[in-house]
Amino acid sequence: MSDVLSAVFEPGFFGSAPVHVAVTVGGLAAVVSGILGVFTVMRGQSYAGHAFADISVTGGSGSFLIGISPIWGFAGTSVLAAGIMDMIGVQRPRGRDLATGIVRGAGLGLAALFLYWDTQHTSTTGATITILFGSMFVISTSVIPVITALGVLAVGIAAALYRPLLLSSISSDLAFARGIRIRLAGISCLVAIAIAVSLSSLAIGTILSTALLVGPPATALRLTSKPGLAIAWSALIGLAATWLGILLAWDSFYWPPTRHGWPVSFFVVTLVFLFYLAAQLAGRGDRSGRAGAAGRRSRASRADRSMRRGRAMSEGRAVSGGRGVSDGRGVSDGRGVSDGRAGSEGRAGSEGQAGSEGRAVREVRRLTRRRPTDPRPAALAAPGQGE
Amino acid sequence: MFSGFMVNTWTVATIVAIVAGVVGFFVVIRGSAFVADALPTGAFAGAAGASLIGVSTLVGLAVFSLAGALGIGWLGRRSRHDVATALTLVVMLGLGALFLSFSVEYAPEIESLLFGEVLGISVNEVAPVAGLGAICIVAILVMFRPLMLASVMPELAEARGVRSHRIEMYFLVVIALATSMALPVVGALLIFSLMIGPPAAARSFTSDPYLAMALSVVIAIATVWAAIAASYTSNWPVGFFVGVIGAFCYGAGRGWAAWRRTRVRPAAGQSRDQGAPAVAC
Repeated sequence: MSDVLSAVFEPGFFGSAPVHVAVTVGGLAAVVSGILGVFTVMRGQSYAGHAFADISVTGGSGSFLIGISPIWGFAGTSVLAAGIMDMIGVQRPRGRDLATGIVRGAGLGLAALFLYWDTQHTSTTGATITILFGSMFVISTSVIPVITALGVLAVGIAAALYRPLLLSSISSDLAFARGIRIRLAGISCLVAIAIAVSLSSLAIGTILSTALLVGPPATALRLTSKPGLAIAWSALIGLAATWLGILLAWDSFYWPPTRHGWPVSFFVVTLVFLFYLAAQLAGRGDRSGRAGAAGRRSRASRADRSMRRGRAMSEGRAVSGGRGVSDGRGVSDGRGVSDGRAGSEGRAGSEGQAGSEGRAVREVRRLTRRRPTDPRPAALAAPGQGE
Repeated sequence: MFSGFMVNTWTVATIVAIVAGVVGFFVVIRGSAFVADALPTGAFAGAAGASLIGVSTLVGLAVFSLAGALGIGWLGRRSRHDVATALTLVVMLGLGALFLSFSVEYAPEIESLLFGEVLGISVNEVAPVAGLGAICIVAILVMFRPLMLASVMPELAEARGVRSHRIEMYFLVVIALATSMALPVVGALLIFSLMIGPPAAARSFTSDPYLAMALSVVIAIATVWAAIAASYTSNWPVGFFVGVIGAFCYGAGRGWAAWRRTRVRPAAGQSRDQGAPAVAC
């Protein structure tokens, strides 16, 4: 028994101070990324999440230059980048990736300049590598309080906006009809993601920060369609991958070919990916009857399907107010465009019995969809006309 | 600035700009900026692996960027596209970290792969770049019409019998080729910035696809030339100039489009703004 134990946990694993720090910080980053990652994946903002990790490198290298603590450089830059991305248009999915790309290009360009100045003035050639790949075993204990505070802040934003955020992630039309300020919810979510990513990219490097932000949530969303449960699963999977990765990296110290240990990031990334593949295969086994037809469908219909699935999961909770019913009736009596707005103004009472909400929800959605192609002239659709 | 060793730099940079302008146009209209970003960044693992087992860097880059493209295509048909891209990217980067930890002396070259070292190109590097670049351009021209249709109206393309998934695979392979061609000489950041900034700017200046493509090539070449000249004079990294000029071009394009919209039809613009929240999302 003890032989097995010492084979799994190489001697010294539990006694080593760097391991304690790595387990604490890595676990914290995994949980925070796992929670916010569910929103990231549901909103289709994986690219933004990845870009924050790289852009925070700009802040990191800039802060080396002016001599402030890297954590403020990391967090400040990525929050700033979130603002710029929102400003130049992250609303539409296609424009969103483009905006992210532009901001990332400019951000990395600045990073190149800062790193050039860094290496010229202080000759720290290893800085690039450390910033890019991070190393869990060389984290200083002094950053733990700051990282914890940032993590609590990011999770706090997400928790405070939980329901509106969830609804606007699943169906922004519906959220708009319910009077949620989508833009505000969107940018708050982006800022929360930016904070989470900057803390994890500082703590564990940019590779792992992207891996933990996207992998576990995507796995969790395969396993369950309940958002609360998905968040729990995602945090759990992230935690498992991180801790197992740290353990394997510790064990790998005597492995060939170099005998100085394999990198933690390799193990964690591989584990995350394996978890995802396993969930994917399990999910395919469930639906094997439909798999053939599903595989041939276009990307558009797949996006639609996942949206529908997402909506189905929210209907029980976020949409459960009786407003949906009365909105549906209001809109369907033909007054058209301004009713969505009227519904959103009088949203005060969001309780009430939930009738045939599925139908009402569909109705609202169909009508809000049709709005852009409404053939009537703009004057008819002006506010005040419908009231 | 135009002395002997700089001639190669100008040639290679121009070829890269032309390819990036053409390929990038489709990257922008397909909204696949993430893929165009992930392949160059992830492919560096191939360079690290190649130096480990002692084969040519170009082979390593080609293998890894092709594997990445196929991985994104394969995972992407079963799940969300951005998730598939992100996971493929981190797996490639994780492998890169592993390879790097095996070979200790490789570290400083990462920075040049990432940020570009455009001022030190030897004459031997020109021919492979030109050859791969020509292949990319020809491939794009051959599948121009189906690719265009599948990018702009996926449903219509399906109805017309275009296999949009196959087209996407081909396109991913073209991005992979462009990546492995440009990465060793100009760096990941530079090729990525050139694929995004100039085409995005060109598209806000005109809606005619051929004109936009030509404009995108012109802007890309101008960007790269300005960046090299500035880098040569100031000695700052060329990636900085390309990234910032690219973003500036995009900003200018957006500004111009907004200005034209307010000038041409103020009334229409106003009523559209009121309906915007539901339409935009």
